Amino acid sequence: MNSLQIFVLVLAAIFVLLLPFSPRIAFKYGRFALLLLVGTVMLMPFAWLICSAFKTTDAMSQYSFLPPLSEISAKTINLGNFRTLLAPQPTVQGPVTFWRYVTNSLFLASALTMVSLFFSSLGGYALAKHRFAGRNLFMIYMLASMTIPGVVLLAPNFAVIWRLGWMDSYKALIVPGAVGAFGIFLFRQAMLGVPNELIEAARIDGCSEFRIYLQLIMPLVRPMSGAFCLISFMGAWNAFLAPNIFLQTQSKLTLPVVLNQYMGTYVQQYGVFLAGTLLAMIPPAILFFSLQKEFISGLTSGAVKQ
Amino acid sequence: MSAASPATRAPIGWRLRSRGTPYLFLFPYVAINLVFFLIPLIYATILAFYQTNGPARRAYVGWSNFTFVLKDPDFHKALWNTTIFAIFSIGLQLPLSLGLAMLLNAKNDRFKGIFRLAIFAPNLVGQVFVGVLFSVLFTPRYGLFNRGLQALTGWGLEQQWLGDSKLVMPAIIIAAMWMYVGFNMIYFLAALQNVDQNLIEAAKIDGAGPGHIFLNVIVPAIAPVATFVVVTSTIGSYQLFELPYNLLQNNGGGYGPSNSGLTIVGYLYQNAFTNGDLGTGAAVGWILTFIILIISLVQIRIVGSVGSET
Repeated sequence: MNSLQIFVLVLAAIFVLLLPFSPRIAFKYGRFALLLLVGTVMLMPFAWLICSAFKTTDAMSQYSFLPPLSEISAKTINLGNFRTLLAPQPTVQGPVTFWRYVTNSLFLASALTMVSLFFSSLGGYALAKHRFAGRNLFMIYMLASMTIPGVVLLAPNFAVIWRLGWMDSYKALIVPGAVGAFGIFLFRQAMLGVPNELIEAARIDGCSEFRIYLQLIMPLVRPMSGAFCLISFMGAWNAFLAPNIFLQTQSKLTLPVVLNQYMGTYVQQYGVFLAGTLLAMIPPAILFFSLQKEFISGLTSGAVKQ
Repeated sequence: MSAASPATRAPIGWRLRSRGTPYLFLFPYVAINLVFFLIPLIYATILAFYQTNGPARRAYVGWSNFTFVLKDPDFHKALWNTTIFAIFSIGLQLPLSLGLAMLLNAKNDRFKGIFRLAIFAPNLVGQVFVGVLFSVLFTPRYGLFNRGLQALTGWGLEQQWLGDSKLVMPAIIIAAMWMYVGFNMIYFLAALQNVDQNLIEAAKIDGAGPGHIFLNVIVPAIAPVATFVVVTSTIGSYQLFELPYNLLQNNGGGYGPSNSGLTIVGYLYQNAFTNGDLGTGAAVGWILTFIILIISLVQIRIVGSVGSET
């Protein structure tokens, strides 16, 4: 028996011992212990990733997480993986550093987020607060378009992008994703809650429709904007299929595509692409922690009436 | 104030202007939808009947793309793998998500937020990064997964996961479970928090046990959300690609030894972009759409009827 097995058995034993005395406390404890166990298991790969990124290849095969204190030295823990990762790599187009891919990903994900935030909210406002001929038919069409899985469009979209001459260009990634039915519905849902009297008052004061949208409606649906930004940024940041198909020049590639490449390049030194993976997780994590509340409420707003 | 004051004129002016406004605001969507959805969708239908070599050259082949795909042993493999994955997503991962949501759904718990965050955290990471991470976690001897397995059960240290064609699908299912269990839990948690507490109290007063309350009060109340989660999980499962493709990058070039990790979208990718036959790719796309449509309709009927009966 090892320490992990003993620990699990002790946790279970406490539950069994508590049960006859007070089932209420036993279940309260059991619930907490179970959640603690699940939470630890879920976070374990992250802890392992952080440790591995800083370990040398030798240390990695010896220790699961960090080596014992007596073994910690520059020989086991250092920045070697990051140094290899961040050093300029020779390519056909000249040396490219890892920061280039980080910048590419940051630019693409931010651009896509801003553009789709603007167009989706604008469309959502038109659907929520304007009456116009064909509105219901239009919404039915949008809903129907959402039921078609994206993969059916993969092959024909490739042909469309090729015909437009957009291969190997960021246009191929930004323009098709600039606005979608999902985002428009998300904003429509949030904007339905804005009182009509408020909009009428602004109109009577001579406010233009665009100013009503920008200065009255948008500040009122801020939580939804936050959720949408996060969903949209993470989608773009993690996108692999489209960038992998449309981008060719090495210096234009995004992080997911490059990390996939590096798995082949650094087969024996996986610390290097693990370090890259760790760096790639930081921006979405920062965004998530600053928008966490909005995210959870935005995520479930379509499925549950709050 | 005269009759023609700005206060009365503005609405009339607005009415004239406003007629065009919604169309103008929706124009970006209409334009992009036309070029990158409607036209490609029609084009996909045409393309499926052509054999292509890259986007430039093509020849009409009738239904033979469809008959080729439906007879191709690789497609059968892909369909089987994807279906297994979908079954485990629904049958194993969703009950776990519901279980975790019920564990979390307690009143006055200071740690609730921390646990919720810990369980949801893997979802911040994209499928690609999860694939890269787990490709190393599953390494024999050094990988954390095998070490943990050995510490708990004494077995599994030397187990090849990604190199053994029998264990590739279980490995994909485990990685996907880590990634998505928290995502679906959030939906169940939101649904559980919306269950009317008075109903539960009333059932308790009537002498109903916890099992009875779960089946007759909680299940009907969360049925709409459950339907939503089951249907979206199935649709997502059938479109699985990036996770196995990256997980298996160094084992069979992204599809696993003897295609043991090949999914339907992987098969589409192979045909359309590796071999350059967009026509076959379009045909696979339509077959997949048809499969997803049939399964979703059946699920909505089944889950819907469970919800309305009880």
